[in-house]
Amino acid sequence: MDFINQNLPYILAGISVGGQYALIAIGYTMVYGILRLINFAHGDLFMAAGLIMIYLTASLPLYIAIPLDLIIIAVLGFLIERVAYKPLRNAPRMSIMISAIGVSYLLQNVALYVTGGLAKTYPTIPWISNSVTIFGATTKVVTLVTPVLTLILVVALVLLINNTKIGMAMRAVSRDFETSQLMGIKINTVISVTFIIGSLLAAVGSMLYFTNYTAVTPISGSMPGLKCFVAAVFGGIGSIPGAVIGAFLIGICENIIKGLGWTTFSDAFTFALLIVILIAKPTGLFGEKSTDKV
Amino acid sequence: MLKITDLKVNYGGIEAVKGISFEVPGKSIVTLIGANGAGKSTTLRTISGLVRPASGKIEFLGEDITGMDVPTIVSKGITLVPEGRRIFPDLTVLENLRLGAYLRKDNIDSDLNWIFDLFPRLKERQWQLGGTLSGGEQQMLAVGRALMSRPKLLMMDEPSLGLAPLVVRDIFRIIKRINEEGVTILLIEQNANMALQTADIGYVLETGRITMSGTGSELLSNPAVKEAYLGS
Repeated sequence: MDFINQNLPYILAGISVGGQYALIAIGYTMVYGILRLINFAHGDLFMAAGLIMIYLTASLPLYIAIPLDLIIIAVLGFLIERVAYKPLRNAPRMSIMISAIGVSYLLQNVALYVTGGLAKTYPTIPWISNSVTIFGATTKVVTLVTPVLTLILVVALVLLINNTKIGMAMRAVSRDFETSQLMGIKINTVISVTFIIGSLLAAVGSMLYFTNYTAVTPISGSMPGLKCFVAAVFGGIGSIPGAVIGAFLIGICENIIKGLGWTTFSDAFTFALLIVILIAKPTGLFGEKSTDKV
Repeated sequence: MLKITDLKVNYGGIEAVKGISFEVPGKSIVTLIGANGAGKSTTLRTISGLVRPASGKIEFLGEDITGMDVPTIVSKGITLVPEGRRIFPDLTVLENLRLGAYLRKDNIDSDLNWIFDLFPRLKERQWQLGGTLSGGEQQMLAVGRALMSRPKLLMMDEPSLGLAPLVVRDIFRIIKRINEEGVTILLIEQNANMALQTADIGYVLETGRITMSGTGSELLSNPAVKEAYLGS
């Protein structure tokens, strides 16, 4: 009980960060599921969502800035796919991966140019930035809001994928491009929808994440992006529940390690975990099993 | 119904189809037979829009459909049952069938019943994942899925491939039945005997060219066809 009491703030922070990671990790895992592409630009899109939010709130009220930020990031995600990935649809997979790395650096450098390399202060979103005390631990409301909002969004996404026509098309396209086309599915539309959903979730994640971290720099997306990629691999890349569980586990472990006083090693833990997973269970917790029948 | 004029297709760096012309009359069963690499699959893939032709013309119901994209061609009423069945293994049988009707906005319940009537096994297994079906059942699912788009022309790429002789006979019986219900069929087969027995018109394809044509029974009794494809 003493352990719990002492570590409650860290566990709460872990659940909260885990939820934020989950929202980013879903973008990685969905894009991988459909294109077999690790979208290296995803973390930087998350950073862009933070920066654009800062510039928007400078002149617009929050109730306009928040939806506008979501829309801009969805459009940006859509455009990245159309401009940098779609022309490479039939190219070797390595080419499209290099293209993704290029987009990642492009976003970082545009951000560097726009901000002049200075850290920008993230706006205070009222209510979720307020402090609350729970079981004697003081934290921000966002800590409690994040896991709830994450779960709602994940459930909505899973329902969309399992029960709607576009969801069925997404599952079909992730399996077999050519046969999906023969069903009359326009694969480019399905791929665009996937990028838009992934981008929207990353934008929501950025609002929750940066509320805790106060400042955004051009490389703010790199580390969370990388960790969420690890989370997606941990859960079994291509699997949405896997990515969510992986993200929560990484978020919680990281913060418990911080609570134990080993803050220096919290990032190292994540990547050590990646190495262990890749050796012990390369397909992750819920990795794709091949059920092909010839 | 379908008219192919001087179709040339390059595929994987070689000229797979070297200028073929043929016609598929409405309500008929037409078959293209030929050995591996004769260009049969390439021809069907080109008609369905998966492959772009180098030259030539594809007309369907009087409309030039050459070079249109796959979903558009499906919406015109041409559906391909691809080689190797290609069902979606991690979707249920019912979801596979619903995907076949992806472009349709109307009610598909009566068509589902029609498919379940043609293939009672699929009805029993509608909640099972496609990947758990046997080879023959998967072929039935592939045909049923294609029929869900309500095609005017159903193209089939080697439906008998890898199936037991009894199952093959079943499949051909069903092809006949689908045709009797008003669907035009373009079939390619290596199993020339079954295909020619079923078809109204047959074409023999050799290294990208049509070398013989005639009614199914004419080709069956043609000595050259007998020697090359019927193994007698």
